[in-house]
Amino acid sequence: MKTVFKRTPTLKDCPTHYCPGCGHGTAHRLIAEIIDELGIHDRTIGIAPVGCAVLAYDYFDIDMTEVAHGRAPAVATGMKRTNPDKIIFSYQGDGDLAAIGTGEIIHAAHRGEQITVIFINNAVFGMTGGQMAPTTMLNQVTATTPKGRTRASEGYPLQVSELLALLPGAIYVERCALSTPAQIRKAKKAIKHAFELQTNNAKGLAFVELLCTCPIYWRMTPAESIEWIEKEMTKVFPLGCLKDTK
Amino acid sequence: MCGNEALAEAAILAGCDAYFGYPITPQNEIPAYMSRRMPEEGRVFVQSESELAAINMVFGASATGKRAMTSSSSPGISLMQEGISYLAGAELPAVVVNITRGGPGLGNISPAQSDYFQATRGGGHGDYRTIVLAPSSVQEMVDCMLLAFDLADQYRMTVLVLADGILGQMMEPIVLEKKPSRELPPKDWALTGAKGREQNIIRSLWLGEGVLEKHNNKLKAKYEQVQENEVLCEQYEVDDAEIVVVAYGVTARIVRGAAAKAREEGIKVGWIRPITLWPFPTEQISKVANEFRIFLTVEMSAGQMVEDVKLAVAGKAPVVFYGRPGGSVPTVDELLDKIRQLTLRHEIKI
Ligand SMILES: Cc1ncc(C[n+]2csc(CCOP(=O)(O)OP(=O)(O)O)c2C)c(N)n1
Ligand code: SF4
Ligand SMILES: [Mg+2]
Repeated sequence: MKTVFKRTPTLKDCPTHYCPGCGHGTAHRLIAEIIDELGIHDRTIGIAPVGCAVLAYDYFDIDMTEVAHGRAPAVATGMKRTNPDKIIFSYQGDGDLAAIGTGEIIHAAHRGEQITVIFINNAVFGMTGGQMAPTTMLNQVTATTPKGRTRASEGYPLQVSELLALLPGAIYVERCALSTPAQIRKAKKAIKHAFELQTNNAKGLAFVELLCTCPIYWRMTPAESIEWIEKEMTKVFPLGCLKDTK
Repeated sequence: MCGNEALAEAAILAGCDAYFGYPITPQNEIPAYMSRRMPEEGRVFVQSESELAAINMVFGASATGKRAMTSSSSPGISLMQEGISYLAGAELPAVVVNITRGGPGLGNISPAQSDYFQATRGGGHGDYRTIVLAPSSVQEMVDCMLLAFDLADQYRMTVLVLADGILGQMMEPIVLEKKPSRELPPKDWALTGAKGREQNIIRSLWLGEGVLEKHNNKLKAKYEQVQENEVLCEQYEVDDAEIVVVAYGVTARIVRGAAAKAREEGIKVGWIRPITLWPFPTEQISKVANEFRIFLTVEMSAGQMVEDVKLAVAGKAPVVFYGRPGGSVPTVDELLDKIRQLTLRHEIKI
């Protein structure tokens, strides 16, 4: 019998605390596969955010830390500058990266830090109970936009990838979706490229945004959530490579 | 070489692998010096976008086992409190230099000692301590830096070096010499890549019933060890003193001058100078506190360390405060006057 799917060693054999249908699990799996495929397990250091993925080190079997909310790109800077031979990545949600940590990601990209950033855009603050994120869609109901987000009051959803792609220090920016199997395969390619740039010592920051489900706070079933990414989120957050200048 | 530059060179001598910082007066000589010297030594210098970023860069470098530092002045140190709390929770070594200025708010850029509470009580959240070293000469800026990196590594703590703009600008002859280092524990906790060993995790999140309590009690035990072993203070002519002046940093130098003059007038003055503000020399002060003496605490603040002096004296003697807040520096004559007044008020016999 041919094996078509098996465990990947860097992902621990344990249940996660994520809700059913949550995109974080898929994102973890892809990153772990890539770490194993590239053979960089022994020299990779991961940085978990404050958000639903705060316990990521319970799932990834690599050296990891969890840091203050939003500060991962600064921590990654300190790690990479003192350890150029290590592979440093941060894993951050949209509250972590696009709200409280906006300064840190912009300046890490601006300086062209040689790190890999995986940005989980699920359009809400999952961990704290589904409040509005900067990436929340117009009209989307959240715990803090009970009547839906409005442009007049809360502004338009923040397009972080487009913003970062303007910076010369960001050498690779791509937005993918963890929705259908085809999209997930594309996402894996993108994440792999973002890690390979670092292993190849490319001079700059590699950034992959992943549109991710949060069925609980989207008030949807997992299947509806995937459809919502495909039909709605991609309108505001178009998929594709925004920049690749390696 | 001014105090700030001497301090920076001492950090290099101490084996500091990385400096991260954001400019602010009156400590700008430190990043300027480091931006030149660190690359010369093949080490890391990064001008960060903020003090928030700087302290987190320190966190990152330190998490991988490297010696890292940052420097700033009062408003910048306020911004670093979040990071210092995380460093404490994660038990990471770090050296943070505060060349203080007047506050609150933007205050002014004059030398001040109004960050004593912030330094010794921890401006960040949670049950934690930082070691605080308060040099009072350029040589001591050097010595404190050498000690700071060792203490940080030994106890896996943040060590704050608390000086002020006068010390930062002052020029004095110094000896730059590496002293034999303490025996330090191996950094087997560092994130270096999980090669041939189990993963290392650095965390400040401790979920589950009683887990954080256990962690915090472990921290507490460590802090008690620091209190037991690391107190540093200098005292002078306290034995027969009727007035004991307590002061630290640059203020202690002025006190020294005033005490000498008072002695010439026949007033029996001695002084105690805490070098570690935390752990505070509580026992040293307590030992000499009795009903025949008055304690005078002098600070360039509206009264902060005086609270620790009162705790140490514990009602055994009167504790008087004299302070110049807002970036003003007391003169020798001004302090001498204060001492004379005390002899009148308390009818101390000359
Ligand atoms: C300084 C600070 N402010 C606020 C919080 C509370 N907080 C924790 S996670 C979070 C938002 C998480 O949202 P996101 O980054 O989108 O991650 P998700 O849970 O959606 O994956 C907030 C506001 C905190 N931990 N620290
Ligand atoms: S709240 Fe949302 S992001 Fe968090 S685990 Fe649940 S589904 Fe995932
Ligand atoms: Mg989110």
